[in-house]
Amino acid sequence: MAGLAASFGSGAMTNSIAELEDSDCIFIIGSNTTSSHPLVATRIFRAKQKGARLIVADPRRIQLATMADVHVRHNLGTDVALLNGMMHVILKEGWHNQGFIDERTEGFEDLKKVLDAYTPEKAAEITGVSADDIIKMAEYYAKAKAGSIVYCMGITQHTTGVDNVKTLANLSMITGHIGRESTGVNPLRGQNNVQGACDMGGLPNVYPAYLAVTDPNNQKKFESAWNAKLSDKVGLTVSEMMSGLSHGQLKALYILGENPMVSDPDTAHVEKALKAAELLVVQDIFLTPTAQLAHVVLPGASFAEKDGTFSNTERRVMRVRKAIDPVGNARPDWEIIKEISNRFGYPMEYETPEEIMKEISSVTPSYGGITYQRLEGEGLQWPCPTTDHPGTRFLHKDKFVRGKGLFYAIEFKPPAEVVDEEFPFWFTTGRVFAHYHTGTMTRNCPTLDSEIHEGFLEVNPGDAEGLGLRHGDAVSVSSRRGQMTAKTMVTDRVDKGVVFMPFHFIESSANVLTNTALDPVCKIPELKVCAVKLEKVA
Amino acid sequence: MDYRTVLTTCTHCGCGCNFYLEVLDGRVIGTIPCKTSPINEGKLCIKGWNVHEFIQSKKRLTQPLLRKNGELTEVSWDEALDFTARRLKEIKDAHGADSLAFLTSARVTNEENYLFQKFCRAAIGTNNVDHCARL
Repeated sequence: MAGLAASFGSGAMTNSIAELEDSDCIFIIGSNTTSSHPLVATRIFRAKQKGARLIVADPRRIQLATMADVHVRHNLGTDVALLNGMMHVILKEGWHNQGFIDERTEGFEDLKKVLDAYTPEKAAEITGVSADDIIKMAEYYAKAKAGSIVYCMGITQHTTGVDNVKTLANLSMITGHIGRESTGVNPLRGQNNVQGACDMGGLPNVYPAYLAVTDPNNQKKFESAWNAKLSDKVGLTVSEMMSGLSHGQLKALYILGENPMVSDPDTAHVEKALKAAELLVVQDIFLTPTAQLAHVVLPGASFAEKDGTFSNTERRVMRVRKAIDPVGNARPDWEIIKEISNRFGYPMEYETPEEIMKEISSVTPSYGGITYQRLEGEGLQWPCPTTDHPGTRFLHKDKFVRGKGLFYAIEFKPPAEVVDEEFPFWFTTGRVFAHYHTGTMTRNCPTLDSEIHEGFLEVNPGDAEGLGLRHGDAVSVSSRRGQMTAKTMVTDRVDKGVVFMPFHFIESSANVLTNTALDPVCKIPELKVCAVKLEKVA
Repeated sequence: MDYRTVLTTCTHCGCGCNFYLEVLDGRVIGTIPCKTSPINEGKLCIKGWNVHEFIQSKKRLTQPLLRKNGELTEVSWDEALDFTARRLKEIKDAHGADSLAFLTSARVTNEENYLFQKFCRAAIGTNNVDHCARL
């Protein structure tokens, strides 16, 4: 999100899900949409049916690749080189939108200088994609009337995550595919309410509505709204919290509905950190591997047992409604937080989630016009500043949120860890169609559990033969951080030299192996690339 | 027999599909996709169709747990809440507000996220709050 916020001024999906079906070229990069966002994929199918061209860039032959007009399998972590190559071609052939660049953007000359070196041949050398394919991708996207970019964690979970996103923003701006219906740069948010958690200020550097904690005006505003003295110091990110615990500066961690023991890179490092805490509070609906390490476990209520709202990936705020009472003695999370705050000595007096929403709209400009009454029906897409505002379907219409769109001149940088003699295979991770994130909920759905019951490692048939591995064989996978065993799945979904593993399964947990190396700006770990070795288990 | 349907939003991914949860005598027994939803238009994926199955799973946590002599032991809400508030206060007093950190959640509601970061910033006095947006 930091990347889009820097380029455009707002870190969210620029357009709406439904608009995708009227795009005439959709470029999907680093999103296995049919598995992770099936109802977004539906719109992509429809666009295809209406004659749109599909470009898929993914190291795996994902389902969408089978219907793509062009599918390229670029080497892991070479997105910037691939996109710079496309832009080089677009400028050389004059397919760019000079009018848009002049009127709506700044920084173009610097970008142009960097792109000069990224001939299709040079990009081909870095990415492993043929120069012809790079030219074809450039032509399809640039010549479209309304080109859309769709991406997901395959773009962001890299040490160059912010660079990758800024480069996608560059591509949309040189062609003018932004600020109109059915165009834009569209990050699909992985968690059901990750958009909402960000909007509400669940980040170390911003208050609700992305207002910087370092700005004295914002600090003053929230100090008076909350009647408390606030800190102007930017807080720690998840990864920094883990090292803070290990090194002893951090003494306590209170985790609400998250499972870092499965979701975070380098599990051994996470376990050491959590065990070092003087106080670990976990509030969750199941006794997750993370909760098992806690000093105190607080049973929360599931989404079916409370009222509230979620904000989806297209900035749409929608109602969550209570269907049953909390199971056993579980309690809604907002009640638990309120109780602890009252006992801590900071009084909170909300009787219902609706009262909390009233306070949210009073301090969060983009949610200013949102009330429970107005959410009946289809919900509202922020920005929705006033109670007579209809909400916003797509962003940056006549001008970017930051004013002019900003080009960043970005050079390709290789991933933090690359293959070598000892660890010769590229390792990447993702989700499968039947499961969600750490599997806490989906693995407790018997129907979903029976679809896919255990973890596996996708290995190319050529590599499998070389290692003497057959479908179903146990294979030991090790990286510089850990070792684990999984079942082999022989498939040409992955190319030679690349292996893939879903991260939902604690028994064969992909994150035992992954790298904690971080993007220097947004501190996202490089979950999508590391180097491993494989050995058949005798 | 008490049969009701309750319109709500799916908890399994960022699409935010709408469906009705079917409730029979206090048990959630199924999902019915919402035809007027602008997102899913009457369709659901396999995760959405089966989302009701985890809600009343036998493995759900139903009572607060506190570690006593190394074991997580069932305790009353009062004991668990008092313990948590007291320990947060002790650690803040001994090591300062920035020695505590909070992970909020992409799974819980906006209202809960708002409240949790407010607690962290206004009550504890630190900006050490983050969540798994990056994961």
